[in-house]
Amino acid sequence: MKDRFASRKYIIVGLILASALILIVRLFHIQIVDKTYRVSAANNALRPVTQYPARGLIYDRNGELMVYNQAAYDLLVIPVQTSAFDTARFNEILGITMEDFRERMRVAKAYSRRTPSVFLKMISSETYAVLQEELYRFPGFYVQARTLRKYTRPVAAHLLGYVGEVDNRLIARDSYYRSGDYIGVSGIEKSYEEKLRGSKGVDIFLVDVHNNIKGSYADGRYDTMAVPGTNLWSTVDLSLQEYGEKLMLNKTGSIVAIEPATGEILSLVSSPSYDPSLLVGRVRSSNFAGLQADTVKPLFDRALMASYPPGSTFKIMNGLIGLQEEVIRPTSLFSCNYGYHAGSLTVGCHSHRSPLNLPDAVAQSCNSWFCNAFRNILENSEYESVQEAYDRWREYLVAFGFGNKLGIDLPNELPGFVPARSYYDRYYGKDRWKALTVISLAIGQGEIGATPLQMANMVAVIANRGSFYIPHVIKKIGDDGTPSPLFTQRYTTGISPQNFEPVIEGMEGAVNGGEGSTARGARLDSIIICGKTGTAQNPHGKDHSIFVAFAPKDDPQIAIAVYVENAGFGSTFAAPIASLMIEKYLTGRIKRKYLEDYVLRVVITPDAKEE
Amino acid sequence: MQKRNNIVARLDWVTVILWLVMMVMGWLNIYAAVYNEQHTSIFDLSQRYGKQLVFIIAALVLAVLIMVTDNKLYFFFAWFFYGIMIFLLLLVLVLGKEINGARAWFEIGSFSIQPSEFAKFATGLALASFLNGRRQSSGLDVMAPATAIIVVPMILIAIQPDMGSVVTYFAFFIVLYREGMSIYVFITAILAAALFLLTLMLGNVPVAAGLIVLAIVVMLVTSGWSLTLRALGILLPAAGVAFLAGHYLLELETSGIIVIAVILAGLGYAWFIYRLKLKMPAIIYAFLLGGILYLFTVDYAFNHMLKPHQQTRINIMLGMEEDPFGEGYNLNQSLISIGSGGFSGKGYLNGTQTKFKFVPEQSTDFIFCTVGEEWGFIGSVVVTGLFVWFLLRLLLLAERQRTTFVRAYGYGVLALFLVHFFVNIGMTIGVMPVIGIPLPFFSYGGSSLWGFTILLFVFLRLDAGRTEYLG
Ligand SMILES: [Zn+2]
Repeated sequence: MKDRFASRKYIIVGLILASALILIVRLFHIQIVDKTYRVSAANNALRPVTQYPARGLIYDRNGELMVYNQAAYDLLVIPVQTSAFDTARFNEILGITMEDFRERMRVAKAYSRRTPSVFLKMISSETYAVLQEELYRFPGFYVQARTLRKYTRPVAAHLLGYVGEVDNRLIARDSYYRSGDYIGVSGIEKSYEEKLRGSKGVDIFLVDVHNNIKGSYADGRYDTMAVPGTNLWSTVDLSLQEYGEKLMLNKTGSIVAIEPATGEILSLVSSPSYDPSLLVGRVRSSNFAGLQADTVKPLFDRALMASYPPGSTFKIMNGLIGLQEEVIRPTSLFSCNYGYHAGSLTVGCHSHRSPLNLPDAVAQSCNSWFCNAFRNILENSEYESVQEAYDRWREYLVAFGFGNKLGIDLPNELPGFVPARSYYDRYYGKDRWKALTVISLAIGQGEIGATPLQMANMVAVIANRGSFYIPHVIKKIGDDGTPSPLFTQRYTTGISPQNFEPVIEGMEGAVNGGEGSTARGARLDSIIICGKTGTAQNPHGKDHSIFVAFAPKDDPQIAIAVYVENAGFGSTFAAPIASLMIEKYLTGRIKRKYLEDYVLRVVITPDAKEE
Repeated sequence: MQKRNNIVARLDWVTVILWLVMMVMGWLNIYAAVYNEQHTSIFDLSQRYGKQLVFIIAALVLAVLIMVTDNKLYFFFAWFFYGIMIFLLLLVLVLGKEINGARAWFEIGSFSIQPSEFAKFATGLALASFLNGRRQSSGLDVMAPATAIIVVPMILIAIQPDMGSVVTYFAFFIVLYREGMSIYVFITAILAAALFLLTLMLGNVPVAAGLIVLAIVVMLVTSGWSLTLRALGILLPAAGVAFLAGHYLLELETSGIIVIAVILAGLGYAWFIYRLKLKMPAIIYAFLLGGILYLFTVDYAFNHMLKPHQQTRINIMLGMEEDPFGEGYNLNQSLISIGSGGFSGKGYLNGTQTKFKFVPEQSTDFIFCTVGEEWGFIGSVVVTGLFVWFLLRLLLLAERQRTTFVRAYGYGVLALFLVHFFVNIGMTIGVMPVIGIPLPFFSYGGSSLWGFTILLFVFLRLDAGRTEYLG
C-alpha cells in the first residue's frame, strides 16, 4: 500500500525535537541563567510561621474588662535543621533536665523531622528575653508568640469558661485547627469560639543555615494577615457576680439573676467555683486534674446543669395556670387542717390561719390550698379527661421554658424534666391515673425537675407579667455589635397579664407581709421585693433551700433564683442571699451588714450533703 | 519454541533497555522524594519507594506476559477492547470512588484502579484498526469517524472530570496527522487555541474588535479599495442599527451588539457576494463570523464549564493572577526546587526544597522537581535526552512497519508519551499550566506505570511480529 504521507514523519520528528528544545531552553534559564531561585533556596529554607491573633476581649455590662490576653511564647523545633549545640546552656536557660530534653526531642522527631513542632510550651516573658539573645546558637529552634488568657478578677469561671488545646479528633474534623492551637472548651469561650478566635495568619520567612531570619519570602506575597478576635460585651455585672460568689463561699448551690425586660443575665454563680486563671498556661492540665478529682465538683456548673425539684416556688405556676384556666379565682378560699386530706392521702402543712385566699396562700405557702387548686386544674370539666387537662397544664410549663433547654448562649445547658402524659401512662397504665396520683406536682415535688436558670426565667416572666426573652450572657458582639437576633425575640406564655397580679401580691406578702409570711428575712425597707420560698426535697440528705424573687415590684429590674444545697428551708439562707443580691444590684451598697455577716459566717460543710 | 526464540531475537532491545533505565531512575527519584531517616531501607513496603518497586516488578511480569501473547490478538480484538473500555468508563461514572473531586477510580480492596489509564491503550488500538486497510485520505469519510473514536472516550473522561487525561487524548491527533488529516485542521486548531488564550487574556470585546480590523485589512490587501469601502459602507450602518437596537431595546452587552452588527453586515454584504460571485470576500467574512462566535463560546465555556481551580491554573499560567496562595505557591516551589539545582545539582538525597514538603505531589506529578534539584541541569538534560531518544526510537519502529495498523498504533503510543513528557515537565518549570498527569515511568503509581507498560509492550510485540501476516 502506498504511503502518501510518509514525508510527514519529518514534521513529527521536528515536533519531538522542538518540545525537548523548549524544555531545555527553559531549564537552562531557570537552572543556570536566573540566580534568584538559588538565592531563595540554595542555603535557605522557608519557614512558615503561624501568626496567632489575639483572642477577643470580654467586657462586662458596664464596660469593665473581664478577660484579656497576656503574651506567652512557644519554643518550636524543626529537627532536621538542628545541629550540635551547647545543650547544657540550652537546658539551663529553659530550666529543663537533660532527660527532659531528650524526651522532648524524641517526641518532636516522632511527630515530624521536617515540619515544626512545639518543643516547650508557654515560656514566660523573662525566659524568653534570655533565650532570644542566644537563640542564634541553637539552630533549628525558634520562638512563636502566643497569647494566654488573663482575668481581671478571680471570678465567673463557669460563665467565661476556659481555653484549651484542640484534640486530634477536632483537628481531623475542622481544617481551621492545627495541632497545638487553642480553642474555647467551655463557657463563653466555647459558645463564641468562632467570634473570639479571629483568624490565623501565616508569615513565610527565609531562614539561613545559622537560624537567622533573612527576611520575608517573596516580599510577603504569600503571607496572610492574622485577624484579631472580636471583642464581646457580656450582660453580666462583674461586681454583682463577684458579690454573689462571695455570698456563696463555703456553700454549694447557685445564683441566677436576670434583667426581666431584656433577658440579660446579670450574674450566673455556681458554687463551689474556682479561680479561672488556674486553667491557663502550663499549669492548666495539672490544675484541671485536681479540680476534676475534687469531691465538691467545682467544675460542675450548677446554674445550668443541676436539676432540682422546684418545691414550693412552683406553687406560683399552679396559681397562674389555675387562674388562666378559670378553675380558681383570686378570692377562692380553701381550708387547711395541717394539710390536705383526701381519703388515705395526706399532704402535710404548717400551722396557719384557715381558710386562705390566693395571695395569702402564696405568701404563707399553704400546701392544702395548692393541692385543691391543682386538683381543679386536672379535673376541669372543660377537658374530656384528667390526661387531657394534664397535657394543657404541661403546655403552660413548656411555654415558660420548663422541660426544654431555654437556649442560653452557653454550652451544656440541661433541659430539666416535666413528665409527659406518657410517662405516667407507663407507670400506672394508659389513662389509669388521676389528679391525686400526681398531686405532689401541686407543690413542686415528685418527678419534676428544673434548673436554677429555668427558675430565674420563671420569675422574669412573672416580673414581665407574661413574657420573656431567652436568657443570654452576651449583649454585644464586636465594638459596634448587636446581640444575636435569637435574643431580641419576645416569647409569650399564654397567661393573661391581669392573672399575674394576685400571684405577685402573694409574693409581695411572702416578703413584706405580716404573721405567717414565709420570707420576711428577705425584706428590704426601701424596695418592694416579691419572692417565694421553696424547699427541694433531697432524698440523699438535708433539703435544698430555694428562693426566687424579683424587685422592685412595679418596675422590675432584677429577677433572681437562689439555690443553697443542704441548707433546709428556703427562708434560712436562700432568701437572705437573694435579698442581698437585690440590694447590691439596685442600690450599689449593702446597708444590712448584720445580714451579710450572717450569710458569710455560715459554712455548710460538704459532709452535710454526703450522698 | 522456535517462535518464542524468534520473538526474543526480534524484540527491540534498545527500547526495552530505555524503558528499564527510566523505571529505575524514576524509582531512585521517588526514594529521594520521600526519603526519611526513619525509613531508610529502600525496600520498605510501607513507603512509596517500596511500593513502587512492587509496581515495577509487576510491570516486568506484565511485559513478559504481553510478549508471549499472539500478536493477532490485538488486531482481532481491538474493537472488543474498545467496547469494554467504553463500558468501564461508563461504569466508573456510576460506581467509581471520588478522589480529589473526580469520579475516576475503581476501588478494589485497598487498591485503586483508574480505567482512563487503560483506555488510552484501547483507543490507540481501535483507531489503528479503523485506519488499517482504508485508503489514506484527508477526506471526512475517514477522518470524521476516526475523530469520533478519539472523542467518545474523551467525553466520558471529561465527565469524571479528569482534565489531565482529556488533554493527553489530543495526542491521537498526531496519528491522524501522520495518516493524512488536513494540515488546515491543525492550523485552524492552533488559531482557535491562540484566539482562546487571547480572549482570556484581553477579554472578548478587544479581540472581536481586533478580528474585525484584521478582516478589513485582509480585504483591503486581497480585494482592493473599492470593495473594501463598500463593505465598510454596509458594516458601519449595520453597527449603528445593532447598537441602537441592542443597547436600547434589548439591553445587550457590548459583546452581543458586536455579534448582531457583524451578522447584519454579513446579510447586507451577501447580496454583493452573490451578484459579483466574490470568492475571497466570502471566505474572509465566513472566517470573521466564525471567529467572533467562537470567541463568545470560549468566554462562556471558560467561565461556566471549568472549575474554579482550573480557571485559576490557566490564569496563573497566563500571568493574569498574581498570588493565589495555593496554586501560585506550588508552581513557585517547584521552580525554586528545580532552579536551585543549578548546573550539577545538589547531589542525590541532598535536595533541601523537595524534602521540606514544599512541593506538592512530589513523588507523583512533580517527580521532576527531585530530578532538577538533585541532579541539576545535567540531570534534567539527561532525562530529557532519554525521552527524546525513546520517542525517536518509537518513531523509527513505527515507520518500519508494513501495515497501517501497527504504524498507526505505534504513532499513538509515541504521541501519548510525547504529550505526557512535554506537559508534565513543562508544568513543573512553568511553560505549561499545572495539569495533573504523570511523567511516564518516573512518577509514583501502579495504574500509570502499568498503563504505559501495556501501551509500550503491545507495540513492541506487534513490532516483533511485523514480518508475520496479520489479518
Ligand atoms: Zn396550709
